[in-house]
Amino acid sequence: MDFKGSDTIPGPRAEDQLPHTTQAAAKIVIVGGFGVGKTTMVGSVSEIKPLTTEETMTQAGIGVDDNFGSDSKTATTVAMDFGRISITDQLVLYLFGTPGQQRFWFLWNGLFEGALGAVVLVDTRRLEVSFDVMGRLEERGVPFVVAINSFPDAPRYPIEELRTALDLAPDIPIMECDARRRASSRDVLMTLMRFLHSLAMTGSRT
Amino acid sequence: MTPPQRQRRNPAPEPAPQPSQEGEGKPNPERMYVVAGPDGERAELDLVTLIVARAADPPPSATPEQAALLRLCAAPLSVAELSAYLSLPFSAMGTLLTELLTAELVHARSPIVRQAVPDRSLLEAVMNGLQRL
Repeated sequence: MDFKGSDTIPGPRAEDQLPHTTQAAAKIVIVGGFGVGKTTMVGSVSEIKPLTTEETMTQAGIGVDDNFGSDSKTATTVAMDFGRISITDQLVLYLFGTPGQQRFWFLWNGLFEGALGAVVLVDTRRLEVSFDVMGRLEERGVPFVVAINSFPDAPRYPIEELRTALDLAPDIPIMECDARRRASSRDVLMTLMRFLHSLAMTGSRT
Repeated sequence: MTPPQRQRRNPAPEPAPQPSQEGEGKPNPERMYVVAGPDGERAELDLVTLIVARAADPPPSATPEQAALLRLCAAPLSVAELSAYLSLPFSAMGTLLTELLTAELVHARSPIVRQAVPDRSLLEAVMNGLQRL
């Protein structure tokens, strides 16, 4: 791999550096279908310009519609956009979203396993693209809330109708948001935190 | 008009793709480990493990890649940010950082990970931080 000279590596701007007192970081994952506004949401609350990290996955050739009879594995690059919110001098929160193929996110070791929780971002024009991701979160025991990103031309449904359509448990929060607005995206994250807090109070869910 | 109805996933096994780092004991030739050398053992690193250089300046023995990384993490920086700035995949970061950890050139600060029962004081701290946004 070519490696650029170290002098050309751009680092964080001085104002983007974390204080030396920062002891630990936690993460939240924002998931949803293509174009639903995940990166927009990350960008609207992040204190740094969103960055992109990548991982290369290999997959078994079974069920893949190309590659007949050749290699048994193909490589896929999964890109994640992420941002950051400083919580205290000691604690920083990272938000990961991705424009990539969602079925690959779950192969990214440690991405969901360690996450405090997830936001499932939904576009009512394509509600069904969020079905798969919610099922995978449930299987992995990752607590999540559902945020409806309110696009102007998207059909509007009553929240309870969406809760039924998404087959959400009664305790899982579902809300509308505008991912472009910082206050709205923050409210979604607050809702997730309150939900996690309620789980801590009841201790009923893992 | 009613929205489409979600059907619960049948947890029947699908022909699951495998994450490349979890091979069946056989190294995958496609892995991009060029930067990190042939056989570096990977440390358990998370995307949000914080890395801090132990010294102000990289030692003369550092490779250009190591020196670039060490300069970046003069202040704490997550593995995800290092990966982004260095344009290296996350898995390649693991190998590179393992070398630096072994050589005691960097500290790693472990991330806060989800517990079976969430840590209420942590969640309260996060909520307070979000309120200030």
